[in-house]
Amino acid sequence: MSRVRVLIRPKAGILDPQGQTVERALPALGFEGVSNVHVGRLVELDVEDPAQVPAMCEKLLANPLIEDYEIQ
Amino acid sequence: MKFGVVRFPGTCDDVDAFLAASRVGEAEILWHADHDLKGVDAVIIPGGFSYGDHLRVGAVARFSPVMREVELFARNGGLVLGICNGFQVLCEAGLLSGALLPNTSLRFTCRQVDLEVVNASTSWTNACEVGEVLSVPAKHTTGRYYAPDPVLDELEANGQIVLKYAAGHNFNGSARDIAGVSNKAGNVVGLMPHPEHAVDVLTGSADGLKLFASAAAVPAA
Repeated sequence: MSRVRVLIRPKAGILDPQGQTVERALPALGFEGVSNVHVGRLVELDVEDPAQVPAMCEKLLANPLIEDYEIQ
Repeated sequence: MKFGVVRFPGTCDDVDAFLAASRVGEAEILWHADHDLKGVDAVIIPGGFSYGDHLRVGAVARFSPVMREVELFARNGGLVLGICNGFQVLCEAGLLSGALLPNTSLRFTCRQVDLEVVNASTSWTNACEVGEVLSVPAKHTTGRYYAPDPVLDELEANGQIVLKYAAGHNFNGSARDIAGVSNKAGNVVGLMPHPEHAVDVLTGSADGLKLFASAAAVPAA
């Protein structure tokens, strides 16, 4: 079994209101100098065959039209 | 005309869709775990939270047994309407272009919206007129229609943008005010607002009935 982490992010250029909300909230708490905040998802899984993970991402874990994924 | 209304675990607008379809034809419930469309002439995928909307809206529902049948049915020219969560499922299944993202407000919103009919020649809008305004409710958190610009241009050029939010009614931030789209052939239509909740003037508007009446007027294959 291999432990695999898949990071899923909104594609660049697509409006990300969650990221914007976090970006606005941080200065309100006194954290300055924060930009380009984006909120995505983390999927962790144990797999017997890590070679199958890209296909899992394309078919189910991510929607390639709106999300980028990174397999670690 | 016999309509089939798909019921997934988590679907909540199946009964209203069933009752709306029953006003213009016969209706049957189609169970998500069955490979059986019961010989219906048209399929409605209603709103709700199929499979809990886990992972992404519509992402899991598209792999259900009944959806395999709906995909074949749609690709063979069968009439399919996806409403709200059903629209999201059809996009995930690749039967319609684009995807639905969280409303720009990040809030659930429930309100009456005015929809402008852009294409009145699809199987689900042929009882309408181009430019006609339909008043129907919308209620969702994830209804911001998105597709890359080249795809939007293609949809426009092909007449696949079926319904738009009227000026001032695009509350979710949808690209080019799009409320509903069709496939190229016009037999598959999806929209975020809920025509099945607007079928009787007693509850504010009967405009939504026109979508069901449109399909009922299409000669059975």
